[in-house]
Amino acid sequence: MLNDISCRSRKSSPFAGTASCTPPRVILGPARLIRLCENKHDITTINEQQKSGSAPFVGSPRSPSSQSPYLKVSVSDPAKMGNGVQAYISYKVSTKTNFPEYDGPEKIVIRRYSDFVWLRDRLFEKYKGIFIPPLPEKNTVEKFRFGAEFIEMRRQALDVFVNRIASHHELQQSEDLRIFLQADEQTMERARSQETGIFLKKPADLMQIFKGVQSKVSDVVLGKEKPAEESDPEYEKLKNYIFQLEDHLAEAQKHAHHLVKRHRELGQSLSDFGKAVKLLGNCEESALGNAFSELGTPPLDEFEEPLKDYIRAVQSIKATITERANAFRQNCELAEAIKFKEIDMNKLRITRSEKLGEAQHEYEELKADGAEAARRFEKIVKLMNEEIIRFQEQKTLDMGLAFHEFAKGQADLANGIAAAWRSLLPKLEACSS
Amino acid sequence: MMGPETNKYPRGKRDEEEEEEEEGEERGSEGIHHPLYTAEQMQTLALDDGIPFNGEVSTSKSYSNYRSAMTTLSSSAAEHPLIPPPAIATTPAVSDPLLFPSHNPSPDSPSYADVIYSPFHDSVPESNGNGEISKEVKISSPGSQSSSSEYLKISVSNPQKEVESSNSIVPGGNTYITYLITTSTNVLDYGGSDFSVRRRFKDVVTLSDRLSEGYRGVFIPPRPDKSVVESQVMQKQEFVEQRRVELEKYLRRLARHPVIKKSDELRVFLTVQGRMPLPTSIDVASRMLDGAVRLPKQLLVESRSVVEPQDVLHPAKGGRDMLRFFKELKQSVVNDWGNSRPLVEEDDKEFLKKKEKLWELEQHLTNASKQAESLVKAQQDMGETMGELGLAFIKLTKFENEQAVLNTQRVRAADMKTVAMAAVKASRLYRELNAQTVKHFDTLHEHMGLMLAVHNAFSDRSSALLTVQTLISELSSLHSRAEKLETASSKIFGGDKTRIRKLEDLKDAIRVTEDAKSCAIREYERIKENNRIETQRLDGERHADFVNMLKGFVTSQVAYSERIANEWAKVAEETSKYAKESSS
Repeated sequence: MLNDISCRSRKSSPFAGTASCTPPRVILGPARLIRLCENKHDITTINEQQKSGSAPFVGSPRSPSSQSPYLKVSVSDPAKMGNGVQAYISYKVSTKTNFPEYDGPEKIVIRRYSDFVWLRDRLFEKYKGIFIPPLPEKNTVEKFRFGAEFIEMRRQALDVFVNRIASHHELQQSEDLRIFLQADEQTMERARSQETGIFLKKPADLMQIFKGVQSKVSDVVLGKEKPAEESDPEYEKLKNYIFQLEDHLAEAQKHAHHLVKRHRELGQSLSDFGKAVKLLGNCEESALGNAFSELGTPPLDEFEEPLKDYIRAVQSIKATITERANAFRQNCELAEAIKFKEIDMNKLRITRSEKLGEAQHEYEELKADGAEAARRFEKIVKLMNEEIIRFQEQKTLDMGLAFHEFAKGQADLANGIAAAWRSLLPKLEACSS
Repeated sequence: MMGPETNKYPRGKRDEEEEEEEEGEERGSEGIHHPLYTAEQMQTLALDDGIPFNGEVSTSKSYSNYRSAMTTLSSSAAEHPLIPPPAIATTPAVSDPLLFPSHNPSPDSPSYADVIYSPFHDSVPESNGNGEISKEVKISSPGSQSSSSEYLKISVSNPQKEVESSNSIVPGGNTYITYLITTSTNVLDYGGSDFSVRRRFKDVVTLSDRLSEGYRGVFIPPRPDKSVVESQVMQKQEFVEQRRVELEKYLRRLARHPVIKKSDELRVFLTVQGRMPLPTSIDVASRMLDGAVRLPKQLLVESRSVVEPQDVLHPAKGGRDMLRFFKELKQSVVNDWGNSRPLVEEDDKEFLKKKEKLWELEQHLTNASKQAESLVKAQQDMGETMGELGLAFIKLTKFENEQAVLNTQRVRAADMKTVAMAAVKASRLYRELNAQTVKHFDTLHEHMGLMLAVHNAFSDRSSALLTVQTLISELSSLHSRAEKLETASSKIFGGDKTRIRKLEDLKDAIRVTEDAKSCAIREYERIKENNRIETQRLDGERHADFVNMLKGFVTSQVAYSERIANEWAKVAEETSKYAKESSS
């Protein structure tokens, strides 16, 4: 039960607001949750994913000692390192697993935000078509303030991030994930500094890029300006949906954000009013004044964070959409290139040029690339279709829980207020008789 | 005491119609519905007044003395001849329900019900401007058990434009607005039960000025402000309506004041048809002019310029007697800067302490009013933001439904709708709560307005004291002059005719001044007594008012918080399956 965990504030959505002893509840996967309790590092359920992907996942054994494969991660103990401009926050990442590729059942490493970014980028590179779980915002300015609340929210978001990866049937197999979870700090640092887009690409990839530019230019010159785009109507609909969804969510999130502020303001003005009334003198008014100040409302960040997470997830999907568009375009361009090569080759065959051999060799290569590109594209399409379903189902559960928590929070808050006020009434009665 | 609290609040869930019915029932059993004068409060007042019942009488006696001395009421006031002292003295004894302390408030005090269940049902409702008193209002009776309960119901309505037909050179003349003032009463002195007159704002100013003169030392409710605006604005409907509301509030406050409501001035204002017979306040300028005209004579014929006894009943400032005004001014300077202390001074320590406390209270009131304002704003903002959140979710819901490809999307859309509807409802509830809160806080503003009345009453006292002090100085200087003359003329045997005459004049002056002094002292004492009684009354009223305000405020907070909690609890219940799933 969500109320099991013995912590006074029963915040249980993915990113509970306050920094005080909050057991972060993490929502993963379409049907199962991993709950992590910070205080005890006590992970009570695991998520066993079937390799089939989009099917709802079967229930999971509770005890960690079972023989089925598991991978549990937690992010904890944020600590400020360094000074001044160089300052950053480091996190402890603890892994418990029985995956054979991992060395040892348990491992603890220290990671910082940019390590998580590295991991996300790597996964994004490798697993095109899969919606990589989103990271919390970079926030270069705010991080300098390093407020406790900010750090805690970031920690929770990072925790959710890693766990979503660890529970995704494909992503959990990633080697990069393993590096992230296991490598020592030097290796990590080296890996991180190598990650800068262009430098990572193989020379062949570079050629691709150039070729892409080339064909584009020729296209433009030849008057074929329109870049190749999918025309699948269903996919169009999906893209539309994703983009509009982001707008709608952004608006909801804006108001959720304001709501937090309003609650705080209301609490504050109630307490100020109480103090002012106290000064008006007489017994009942001072009792009232005290009660007023006690009625300060707790911050309600609960609703904003799930919405933010939703938005980030949508943005991650947008990134995947871009990837798909890229893959599609590559596919098209290669198909075109192959066609031209064929024409060339036929020309050369007719003129019995000695370049024919070379051309044939290139042709074969192109065909291989083309096949590869087509495969890549199809994989992305297939994955995306599965991922969309997974995403939608997951989001229904995520939001369902978020709504529940929000509603409960509001109800509890209002009830608390009602009870506090009610307790004053007898005192007021006494004063008037 | 209220019944078990749980009984009260569920009632909030019933429909508006039922609430009205309940109102009717409670109305039958309980006479008072004015939030400021709940049953308990009336009882408190009754107890307060019950003790100084004699004080009430003696005050009335001093009023009657004053009235017989007062000569400025025009003769048309003969319609209500100066009420002979016995009548005043007996009226409170017989018919003032405030002095019936035996009433016990019924357990179901109506103030809570009013507050929760009828957000726009004001127990002292404003008339709707059509000349109808829209609801029954019993203002001054503690309960229907008392058979001689008095009431004085006033409503202001029907503003109309009228042209000043007089001797204006400008064609078309001045236009002004008159209001229909309807009164319904069973007070014997009124000699009738229903009255209807037309008055303009100037008449109200006159009424207010006459009351200030006639009831020095009393905390007279302050009248609505004169507005310095263009005549075009004066005729705009908003302005006129606002003024109508203010006038009504003002007159009702007067009718509630235990002393003022018995005044002739109010009665005349409410009942006399046609032109109002109260003497108008001639503006200060012309008074000053008059006074300035008289001044040279006063200075030249010095021995004649004595203050007549009846004059001391009015403050020097603003009167026609400039010389007196200057003398008192000089006296006040002497008081502040002179070496010796005046013979009579404010020595009532109680009073001084009370004054201090009242000014402190004024500060606190202002502060509380400011905080109340921010609270109201915060509640309003909360309602707005909650509403916006709800709307955003409704849009999302529509969107998901329109675009749904998978069933899970429809499920999510349905969940979202639940949340959205609850948010919208909560927003509405916050707004209703706020409307009520605003009304409750009216009490704060009323009392802040009353502070002005207190200031005026206390300055009545100090100016009366000043008059006394001035007369005493005057007397002592007259005496010393007389002494000098006597010693001088005693040296001349047979006397100097002129000197003897002068001495006679001086002796006359001394006599008159002595009389004036006694009069002034009596007046001063009377005002002091008024201050004392009023202060006590106000303290009691304020205490009761604030308790009621807080009760009302707290009660509505409870009621609305519960309703809001219920809405969200329903949503939590409907989405609880997600929680259960996540936990298994």
